[in-house]
Amino acid sequence: MTPRTPLSFYGDPLPGVDAAELQGKLIVIEGPDCVGRTTQINRLRAWLENQGHAVLHTGMARSALAGKGIQQAKEGNTFGPLTMTLFYATDFADRLENEIIPALRAGFVVLTDRYIFSLMARAIARGADRAWIEQVASFALVPHVVYYLRAEVKDLVTRVVVGRGAFDYWESGMDLRFGADMHESFVRYQSRIIRALDRMAVRHGFVIIDASRHPDEIFRDLQRRISRLFAPPRGRGAARKAAPNG
Amino acid sequence: MALFVPNRNPGKLIVVEGIDGSGKSTQLSLLSQWLRSQGVAVAFSEWNSSPLVRDTTRRGKKKQLFTPTTFSLIHATDFADRTERYILPMLKAGAVVCADRYAFTAFARDVSRGVSRKWVRNLYRFAIRPNLAFYFRVPLEVALGRILGGRTAIKYYEAGMDLGLSRHIEESFRIFQGRILEEYEAMAEEMGFFIIDATRSIEEQQKEMRAIVEAQLGESLRSEVLRVQWVNAGDSPYAA
Repeated sequence: MTPRTPLSFYGDPLPGVDAAELQGKLIVIEGPDCVGRTTQINRLRAWLENQGHAVLHTGMARSALAGKGIQQAKEGNTFGPLTMTLFYATDFADRLENEIIPALRAGFVVLTDRYIFSLMARAIARGADRAWIEQVASFALVPHVVYYLRAEVKDLVTRVVVGRGAFDYWESGMDLRFGADMHESFVRYQSRIIRALDRMAVRHGFVIIDASRHPDEIFRDLQRRISRLFAPPRGRGAARKAAPNG
Repeated sequence: MALFVPNRNPGKLIVVEGIDGSGKSTQLSLLSQWLRSQGVAVAFSEWNSSPLVRDTTRRGKKKQLFTPTTFSLIHATDFADRTERYILPMLKAGAVVCADRYAFTAFARDVSRGVSRKWVRNLYRFAIRPNLAFYFRVPLEVALGRILGGRTAIKYYEAGMDLGLSRHIEESFRIFQGRILEEYEAMAEEMGFFIIDATRSIEEQQKEMRAIVEAQLGESLRSEVLRVQWVNAGDSPYAA
């Protein structure tokens, strides 16, 4: 993915949106559960605001429309894989149209905790057709950059054990019915998620961030890369074009 | 990529489509009564009736939160829930599932709201292909006469008020239903609809529907689908 200004859509544009009006920066932090995305986003947000950037922080299942409904559905025992995928797509579309796009129009930096990639990875891990879900999610804007916090499953397990202290039903993919062992289910499910994200990383040009490091080190790495996104163009021609994206 | 998933189950899927006021619900209800009287196990599914999605749809409508895209997606979510938890298991069990509106409703309505045709067709690719799809063809003025004469209030999204077609709800309804009608007509042949002339009498329409069901599915109704001696019919949470 090359940095794009102005932004564009993956597929047919959303009705009523002119991508050329979108002045802000769309920065995506992706990665599996428990990889440390939230920690990094909170620090990045504070840092960016100190620099004078207005920041919108958004993430999955936080929409005014569908956030509550998803929460309720997760509490019940009745969330089928297709229904889950489309409910999350509804939530994403609501945030895209009512939060992300207005913020970009106003020149904000949008920091999003996951994007369509996690949504697609979860669908694929649950057996959805890859081409189907890609087309469903194609109403999304192509972000300026995707930072993929990548870790091995064993690192995630460590964080669950030491950090959260318990395995979560959905993070362990218990709805996939691998078996009653939550740890084993977590390992199998998160491995599928990582595999799906790794494929997308190549296809969509994610910037891969080694998330097995100390959080301070990851933060400095992200800071350095994001600073470059805001750097004034270094003259014309080749030097700018050759710059890595982020 | 193929539209819909072939129905490889013992049960059969019969759907009715048409604009508001075309009389399709009345006809489907008569048809399912007839099927029941023949000893066929019938299950009924209505558009926009999933218990899982109900609160979200209600919230969105009440607060007018929907855009064409989220309106389309929440209806697809509703449809996915009904497919996964009701339609598919019922077909596997051998029931004849009668659906009042199906994916075609989304194709007609969402495209009328400005959603990409290609996108919305892909969205519903997971739907089971109906064995029979009836389309109740009716001129706009006839349908409008039935709706505007009968019910008291037209709802905001039904009238396409979110599109800003007109400030008057009746006028907006008129324009929006006209667009939907055009979309139905444009897909009728491609989708293989059995077209029923919905200007005729209720009895005539029902007679034709039954004849089509008999000709198309008669053999499987006698040998393949689930049949009942007698069972006290319960109220399914999905039958709304």
